[in-house]
Amino acid sequence: MANKLIVAPAPHVQTSQSTARIMRDVVIALMPALVVSTVVFGADVLRVTALSVAACVAFEYLIQKFMVRGAVTVTNWSAAVTGVLLGFNLPASIPWWIVVMGAFVAIAVAKMTFGGLGKNPFNPALVGRVFLLIAYPVQMTTFPLPVNGTFDALSGATPLAAVKQGIVTPGTVGAQELLLGNMPGSLGEVAALALLCGFVYLLWRRVITWHIPVTVLVTMAVFAFVAALCSGQSEAALWQLPLFHVLAGGAILGAVFMATDYSTSPMTVKGGVIFAVGIGAITMCIRLWGAYPEGMSFAILIMNACVPLINKYVKPKRFGVK
Amino acid sequence: MKTFPMGGVHPSENKLSCAKPIEVLPLPEVVTIPLAQHIGAPAVAKVAKGDKVLTGQLIAEAGSFMSANIHSPVSGTVTAVDMVPNGQGLRQMMITIKREGDDWAEGIDRSETLVKACPFSAQEIIAKIKDAGIVGMGGATFPTHVKLAVPPGKKAECVIINGVECEPYLTSDHRTMLEHGEELVVGVTILMKAVGVEKAYIGIENNKPDAIAHLKQIAAGYEGIEVVPLKVMYPQGGEKQLIAAVTGRQVPPPPALPIDVGAVVCNASTTVAVYRAVQKSMPLIERVVTVTGKRLKEPKNLLTRMGTPVSTLLEAAGGVPEEASKVINGGPMMGRAMVNLASPVTKGCSGITVLSGREAVRREAAQCIKCAKCVSACPMGLEPYYLSKMTQKKGWDALEQQMITSCIECGCCQSTCPSYLPLLDWIRLGKQTVMGIIRARGAAAAPKK
Amino acid sequence: MEVLLYTILTLCALGVLSAVILYFVAQKFRVDEDPRIDEVEKMLPGANCGGCGFAGCRGMADALVRQDDISSLFCPVGGGDCMKAVAAYLGKAAAEKQPEVATVRCGGTCEKRPRTNDFDGAKSCAVASSLYVGETGCAFGCLGFGDCVVACAFDAIHINPATGLPEVDADKCTACGACVKACPKMIIELRKKWPKNRAVYVSCVSKDKGAVVMKACKAGCIGCGKCVKVCAFDAITVENNLAYIDPLKCKLCRKCVNECPTGAIRLVGMDPLPKAPKAAPAAPAAPKAETAPAAEKPAAAPKAGDAPDANKES
Repeated sequence: MANKLIVAPAPHVQTSQSTARIMRDVVIALMPALVVSTVVFGADVLRVTALSVAACVAFEYLIQKFMVRGAVTVTNWSAAVTGVLLGFNLPASIPWWIVVMGAFVAIAVAKMTFGGLGKNPFNPALVGRVFLLIAYPVQMTTFPLPVNGTFDALSGATPLAAVKQGIVTPGTVGAQELLLGNMPGSLGEVAALALLCGFVYLLWRRVITWHIPVTVLVTMAVFAFVAALCSGQSEAALWQLPLFHVLAGGAILGAVFMATDYSTSPMTVKGGVIFAVGIGAITMCIRLWGAYPEGMSFAILIMNACVPLINKYVKPKRFGVK
Repeated sequence: MKTFPMGGVHPSENKLSCAKPIEVLPLPEVVTIPLAQHIGAPAVAKVAKGDKVLTGQLIAEAGSFMSANIHSPVSGTVTAVDMVPNGQGLRQMMITIKREGDDWAEGIDRSETLVKACPFSAQEIIAKIKDAGIVGMGGATFPTHVKLAVPPGKKAECVIINGVECEPYLTSDHRTMLEHGEELVVGVTILMKAVGVEKAYIGIENNKPDAIAHLKQIAAGYEGIEVVPLKVMYPQGGEKQLIAAVTGRQVPPPPALPIDVGAVVCNASTTVAVYRAVQKSMPLIERVVTVTGKRLKEPKNLLTRMGTPVSTLLEAAGGVPEEASKVINGGPMMGRAMVNLASPVTKGCSGITVLSGREAVRREAAQCIKCAKCVSACPMGLEPYYLSKMTQKKGWDALEQQMITSCIECGCCQSTCPSYLPLLDWIRLGKQTVMGIIRARGAAAAPKK
Repeated sequence: MEVLLYTILTLCALGVLSAVILYFVAQKFRVDEDPRIDEVEKMLPGANCGGCGFAGCRGMADALVRQDDISSLFCPVGGGDCMKAVAAYLGKAAAEKQPEVATVRCGGTCEKRPRTNDFDGAKSCAVASSLYVGETGCAFGCLGFGDCVVACAFDAIHINPATGLPEVDADKCTACGACVKACPKMIIELRKKWPKNRAVYVSCVSKDKGAVVMKACKAGCIGCGKCVKVCAFDAITVENNLAYIDPLKCKLCRKCVNECPTGAIRLVGMDPLPKAPKAAPAAPAAPKAETAPAAEKPAAAPKAGDAPDANKES
């Protein structure tokens, strides 16, 4: 035996699921939605997403290299995930400089100022998105029509906005359109079915557990159902409203990909369920009674702020303690 | 399929030697016998340099109630009673014996005939186990006679035999169950008599269907012995996890013991040793050791006398491969890495695992991404990321509050961490420190009473 | 206009209300504290190192004011002068202590004590020490992962990459004892601080037998006892195969240094003893705890057969 023996405390086994692999899996899980979105909105989708990813990775690299002067960890794909998610939250027609500005806020303000991956209290992509929504409301809410769409009635308003403005009722927006994404909206929110494919992939790869996404969506559905019941809607609307709210807008994108972000979600399953119920309820409050047609981003950010508190008070069930 | 209630991981099983029958290793020329091969006080040497000893002769006596006898594994001459480095390079009192032939002490029945009837009372059984120096052979090395002595006020309800062998690579218990099943089941009846219970369970993970079938068939001829197949999940072989998997009862946090939920757990190999000690007056001087590793020429299960140098076992398995870089006493989840391959096989050594190349080197640690995989992997319901961080910040009070003393050091957290953080390295340190603080507090409070 | 007025009035009313509430709350939860505690805290160095045994300078100040007899309290950072000033202010008798400096008692450099394995766990002496013997064959020597460096609040101790051992910057060291507590091998000792940072000490804590020490390290104390015989001040004792020089009895005569066959007795800040008994102490050339000047000179100085190895080690 030529080499010196290596000594380390047990365990001597390490998982092959590294941080980089997890982040790469998230990117892969987002790809079906990117394809559907490209079909719906055209090549602009690729332009926005690629720019967003490039800007996020570049900002992270520059900050780590020249400001923090620590290890450069862009190879762990986390900046790429932020980039794709930010891109998915923008309309396809957005000017390039707004994308870059959003990437800057996401990476520099929301992520690196807190110490980088794992230390940021708020989901970086959502901070970037909300910043842009408030700073550039017009560009952020002007959605291009689907390239070969049949959904002309909405004339550039997302289904949620159309419902909010009373142009249409939830019942007239078919579930088929919502699932396949043939409607105006942000890049990533138009294809519920593709996002659900990504969800299944993440579950299969053991990147996330089902608790947070399912709880968010169930909470929203129950909330919508109760709201419909209380306002004395017709029997058909009792079922249409929950289905509409779960499939429309950023509900699935947010529940599957943003609420499950590791560092901004609670550490325990129990805490995760509380967190998810909060997201679902706040989203529905904003959608039904708030000024904005969509409330997912705000809901997630508000619940992000509660995570340290949840972590402090919701402890896992200890073995042998009743 | 039953398993324990929370946490756990499923590392690659790598049971390379599961189909290899137990092989008898030729007697070693020189053996070194540590006086501390068990939890508790070290044994006290009864021989001195120059003494002649016989195989099976008592050479060191239990130092206190919580201790165990040690017998000579070979016949020959004691050449030294001195400090010798152990597997971790730390000096320990050991008896060195140079082998001359193989002459056995009187009164030991070496025949293979199965003796089913046990004429002894519970006290006599426990005394025989104590005389034979039997300790837990799964790695914990807890003296068996202490475990079987049910404290007053407590009542045992069942005996659980640990045939789980959840550690990757290791197969010594598996082979023992297959090749010594009859002896094992008689051992179970003896244990049941010793603690005065009518019910016994043999817990075996589902990755050993041959052992489950074999023991089920044998157990059918006995009253009250049930084989329980378990879902494959590490650390099911942990005492608390096994009790929870089999009976559904959870042992409360320390200082509670398994007996508080009415269970007495005994490892499969230990049960066979109990049979031999009681029915054949055979002391614990040999055991099955799995010698394994992906680059090892011939992974094997070797019946080895205690005190045999680890290097001899490695040679018997085809020699240490050139690129080997980590030799572990035990399995890869809980075993201890060795620096001294001349150190001996002891009562708690169930395997020698050789890791090579990339497998042997830890990957570079990065920052915690708060993925909470350690929290969901912890079989004790703890928060490893927090305990590890807090140990580095020396927050002992917070650690005690978050129940660091419940940690069983199974390594699930660290093996599942995608950032490759040395979580358990720190938690172990924090646990030791907090236990020290608790002990000091107890010592300070005691004189006042 | 009306809106403006109401706004101003509302805000004023709110302000007054809050002030009143705050006043009563402050009265209710007032804590009376001896004002001298603040004064004493100001006199202390404010390092909050915990070297006194309290959690910080505030705790120390509190104890100094409350206790009648403060002779058991000592601030190692402020030293005797600080304690005198505090004692004078409080009208109590101060403890007197000689200045001390942390001393690393291991000479097992990479060269003298070769590594026999690689440690791959968390880079901490405490972790490695609870696992096994360490990267070298010596069970007593420095592990070199720098728990002492992490513990030091004064940037006074660093690992020298060339030797793999920690070195104390005697000018920055305040003898707070944090490194002493941090070292799991109990290698670091607080020893009397001589002028110009001179020192003579046994740079080894191995209690192994001579042959075992020699096998693991070329600079270890083998417990031969030669130094005991030559010491005129009864300062050296050998116990468990290990020599120890009592810092309070030692007069820095340096006779033992030349006797030591392995060079385990280390000399700092001075020339070694040449053949002639009296030699001028090393010129002001050694402001720090380094043997560099001492190590260069013996090469030039003729000292036939007189402990050939004693000073090479650094």
